Amino acid sequence: MEQMSGSVKQKGRYGKFGGQYVPETLMSALIELEAAYDDASQDPTFTEELDYYLRDFVGRETPLYFAERLTKKIGGAKIYLKREDLNHTGAHKINNSIGQALLAMRMGKRKIVAETGAGQHGVATATACALFGLDCIIFMGKEDVRRQELNVFRMELLGAKVVPVEKGSGTLKDAVNEALRYWVAHVEDTHYILGSALGPHPFPRIVRDFQRVIGVETRRQILEKEGRLPDAVVACIGGGSNAIGMFHPFVKDEKVALYGVEAAGSGIGTGLHAAAIAGGKEGVLHGAYMYILQDEDGFIQEAHSISAGLDYPAVGPEHCHLYDIGRAVYTSVTDEGALAGLRLLSETEGIIPALESAHAIQYVAELAKGMRPDEVVVVCLSGRGDKDVQTVRDALGGGTR
Amino acid sequence: MNQVEKSIRSCVEQGRKAFVPYIMAGDGGLGSLRDKVLFLQDAGATAIEIGIPFSDPVADGETIQQAGERALAEGVTLRAVLQSLQSFKKEVKPEMPLLIMSYLNPILAYGMDAFVQSLRESGVSGLIIPDLPLEESGHIKELLTENGIALIQLVSLTSDQKRMAAIAEQSTGFIYAVTVNGITGAREGFNESLATHLQSLKSISPVPVLAGFGISTPAHVEQLSIHTDGVIVGSAIVDAFDNGDTARISQLIEASKTKMRAAH
Ligand SMILES: Cc1ncc(COP(=O)(O)O)c(C=O)c1O
Repeated sequence: MEQMSGSVKQKGRYGKFGGQYVPETLMSALIELEAAYDDASQDPTFTEELDYYLRDFVGRETPLYFAERLTKKIGGAKIYLKREDLNHTGAHKINNSIGQALLAMRMGKRKIVAETGAGQHGVATATACALFGLDCIIFMGKEDVRRQELNVFRMELLGAKVVPVEKGSGTLKDAVNEALRYWVAHVEDTHYILGSALGPHPFPRIVRDFQRVIGVETRRQILEKEGRLPDAVVACIGGGSNAIGMFHPFVKDEKVALYGVEAAGSGIGTGLHAAAIAGGKEGVLHGAYMYILQDEDGFIQEAHSISAGLDYPAVGPEHCHLYDIGRAVYTSVTDEGALAGLRLLSETEGIIPALESAHAIQYVAELAKGMRPDEVVVVCLSGRGDKDVQTVRDALGGGTR
Repeated sequence: MNQVEKSIRSCVEQGRKAFVPYIMAGDGGLGSLRDKVLFLQDAGATAIEIGIPFSDPVADGETIQQAGERALAEGVTLRAVLQSLQSFKKEVKPEMPLLIMSYLNPILAYGMDAFVQSLRESGVSGLIIPDLPLEESGHIKELLTENGIALIQLVSLTSDQKRMAAIAEQSTGFIYAVTVNGITGAREGFNESLATHLQSLKSISPVPVLAGFGISTPAHVEQLSIHTDGVIVGSAIVDAFDNGDTARISQLIEASKTKMRAAH
């Protein structure tokens, strides 16, 4: 953004997106975090420790699985699933939570605050805190507490304190607001484990780097299996962490098409959706310049999606930039489409995907159909669907038919 | 010198300390904005900070959040507030600076150039943006300075000496010294090290230093005025207006005028 560039050096920009739009009280913590992360990422003992936990605790690497029956059913390109659903705790979120928990301890901070939408990031963070003996408080919108009841209980079993947020729409945006307020008041001894590739610099970079393992493994695995890079890579977009982790190692490979799938809720035309790139405008929320759902007065609008993890009115800054320069394509799938994607994968492959991931599955089904059988597409299966079974059952009216 | 700084300096030169009340524009309906501003002017405020309601006020506590929600429910926007100010600006004395406090996004949505133009037309002489730290303030600062409008920067308890100095150098009008780690809202008391922090900030600052956040009683006003050029009182004023307790507001303002010389 031209208007934002000034004489003082601006940090953490992806083109015009990103930056550090936070209250002054948080600036010293962000500066400290950046220095600690720079230091840690250069330190082989940190990387080794992280690798150890990712391997022996999380269960990495995750398989790159050829979805043969799905491929046959669609009748187009070969479809591979990157199985992040097989991670401990059931989603990609744990990659980031373990990394940031290690980073917090390196900074001498043993108290953690986090927000959660679907509850997957909350569960992952509560898990990392239990693993390392850290105090953990999680803010969660009251609507999400309702939608993801079992995940709330899971977090509590893991020893975390879950605080329901009554304000606003009671979803992820409101949980981030409360987590930020809490962090401002406890910044001296608390680290905020932000759950997506969002927020003020250096969070988008840190979260992306901890999620890059998804794309790095995928790249190696597809080269082993197919002897070449995929023609397309697909991932769902909430704030954008699984997608940026998957995309980043392929960004320089111009021939690999990148597709981010936003949540179209009841349909973009209805205004009830969470597709910030499709339906938003540039602006600042939660510390970063991004595409945001907002009205003409700059008030942030509520996002709507059947999937709590995609129910956020903005998209992380690096995706905004990839969109602007045309390197990645951003598309969207409705609630109905996601439900169809969930059933499709369940029935053809015996895998119930998270509703978030089901958006990507549904899009891949469309995409692959238009591609040749000798082409290859990889989709990030960011999480498993156990947490969503109740929601899906309600949406399908109690039965499966 | 900007009008904001001028008014604060002249107040301090007269042996008093500055008192800057914060109100939420449109709380109680936008029609009440004029009444509140004129009341505060008559009651002896040094400048008046006018908050713009926002959907996601991350720097604010319960009191101001709720006032903001009431204002949003009335349909109040940045544009409407600036228009309202323009309609009664002739009734505001030239030596009574009006400050706008807004989160960044409504300003971006308005358009930076148009916004600065409207500030001028509405007689606003200072701006506070709680989610715009020094690092991101360059262009806005330039634009405001060209138009004679102050960009008041915040310093926090977590800002180290180097940042404090850099912020002090860039701030125009005054420096807003945040007195607590946390969001706005009434507090029982303040950290012991606060006095030292305020003194050290005061010693390096080329512009006046005003303390704010959590100041809610006449005793707080006196206590925090000792080491500064004055105070900003938000939640307590918002509460008092909401309860129709204007006597409380006068008491708070009185506290900035008394005992100051005795304290020095
Ligand atoms: C399984 C799953 N996938 C995707 C997301 C969306 O987040 P992101 O876009 O950061 O990957 C979530 C968020 O909770 C999730 O739980």
